[in-house]
Amino acid sequence: MRIEDKLYLIGYKVDEDGSHLEVNKKDVCKKCKNKACTFVCPVDVYKYDEKEEKLSINYDACVECGTCKIVCEYIEWRYPRGGFGVAYKFG
Amino acid sequence: MKKKDFDVIIVGAGPAGIAAAYKLASAGVKVIVIERGAFPGAKNVMGGIFYRKALADLIPDFEKTAPLERHIIEQKMWLLSEDSVLGGGLRSEKFNKEPYNCYSVFRAKFDKWFAQKAIEAGALIINETVVKEPIVENGKVIGIKTDRPDGDLYADVVIAADGINSLLTKALGLRESITPEKVALTVKEVIGLPEKVVNDRFGVINKHEGVTIELTGPFFEGMTTMGFIYTNKTSVSIGLGAIVEDLVHHKANINDMLEKLKAHPAVKPLIHGGETKEYMAHMIPEGGYFAITKLYTDGFMVCGDAAMLVNAVHREGSNLAIESGKLAADTYLKAKKKGDFSAKSLSAYQKKMKNSFVMKDLKMYRHLPKMMEDKRQLLTKYPQFAIDAAYDIYNIDGVAKIDKIKAIKKRVAKLGYIRMAKDAFDMWRKIR
Repeated sequence: MRIEDKLYLIGYKVDEDGSHLEVNKKDVCKKCKNKACTFVCPVDVYKYDEKEEKLSINYDACVECGTCKIVCEYIEWRYPRGGFGVAYKFG
Repeated sequence: MKKKDFDVIIVGAGPAGIAAAYKLASAGVKVIVIERGAFPGAKNVMGGIFYRKALADLIPDFEKTAPLERHIIEQKMWLLSEDSVLGGGLRSEKFNKEPYNCYSVFRAKFDKWFAQKAIEAGALIINETVVKEPIVENGKVIGIKTDRPDGDLYADVVIAADGINSLLTKALGLRESITPEKVALTVKEVIGLPEKVVNDRFGVINKHEGVTIELTGPFFEGMTTMGFIYTNKTSVSIGLGAIVEDLVHHKANINDMLEKLKAHPAVKPLIHGGETKEYMAHMIPEGGYFAITKLYTDGFMVCGDAAMLVNAVHREGSNLAIESGKLAADTYLKAKKKGDFSAKSLSAYQKKMKNSFVMKDLKMYRHLPKMMEDKRQLLTKYPQFAIDAAYDIYNIDGVAKIDKIKAIKKRVAKLGYIRMAKDAFDMWRKIR
């Protein structure tokens, strides 16, 4: 089962006002060899476009596990605003 | 006059926070719980096994109303290789008699129920509110700032039960930054199946009896990984957790690993034909005893995952959370009598924890996380050897048994008698 299909099964309340995740240093991703965020995240929030040399952060899909901030010191990780983000049915 | 809205502010409506709130509210303490989710449990995940004892001490008849799935009558351990399983376990009728040892549960439902119990006891729970930082005055925690307008709250004591990503313990310098070798990233799927299918596949006769399977071995390619399969009433929970450092090192994606596990020839038949209902991810603190945070400071105590209280070997976490919440509440009640909420007064919490099974268990296994990191062969080469040896013995192919044993002995020699003996000795020495 693809991760895209699994995401449909998760309940979210998306904060349209903006991302709770960002990289806090300009151009740091260009130099990053491993790009651990792009494969460690369990819901594929982070994608790196080699051509554009740009990291995209699809914060809508974030399940707030916090793993990305442990593998990358430049990821600024906040909780979504109160009531927003993931809301599991089962958990 | 000193600002004070509540006696105690608890941050996080998981088992640790709610246990503390329940106990305090029952004793007449004015307590508020701040939860960032839409409801208590909305953000909470676990594999799904809940041990009853810690909660039963608090709410003796909780089974009457709590949303429980199945009580567990059989616990299996599987060593997985690419195409085989070598298993063991225990099924006992003793586990099929009340009081049961443990249950499968869904945390989004369970925590909601538990929170309701705390509300009935007199606690106030505010959802959809993020705690931004502690308010500290003269080195003492006196309250919290929330993301609500005019959202500052003041109390005698703040109890942090804000989970693995605890902002409060970090802000107060009670924990070091979490490093990738101290946490496991765990994912799980809940796969819906008819009740009868679950019963038949796992060998039980009704929807109240359940089975658990823990999985490890060379199948996980040298990463410190634990898989699990748990039965619910009309679904099966399947998942796995791997140490984050290993994921980085192997450039592995945890969802890919879960898909591979679901396709294993021994696992696939258990979930075949089921429909995935939910997919979820959560970090588990697995650093053990040495990773535990400082548990208190002036006007402040830490419980549950926020304090990194998980016994990974026995998949215990929610019960440790509840126990720590109860002990923090006890500590507050004593401190209130003295009117002293200083670090010195709250250090009683540390003492209570030290004397509880929580710290005793974690202390016993204190060397294990490091050992698993250093001795990869424990999860790879040795299980692979055992699986291959078992195959040779079971496989009747005309080769005399004596020759098979000789071949197996040769393979033992290749693994290294001395190294194996040393590993066995180290394990015996370090876990006691």
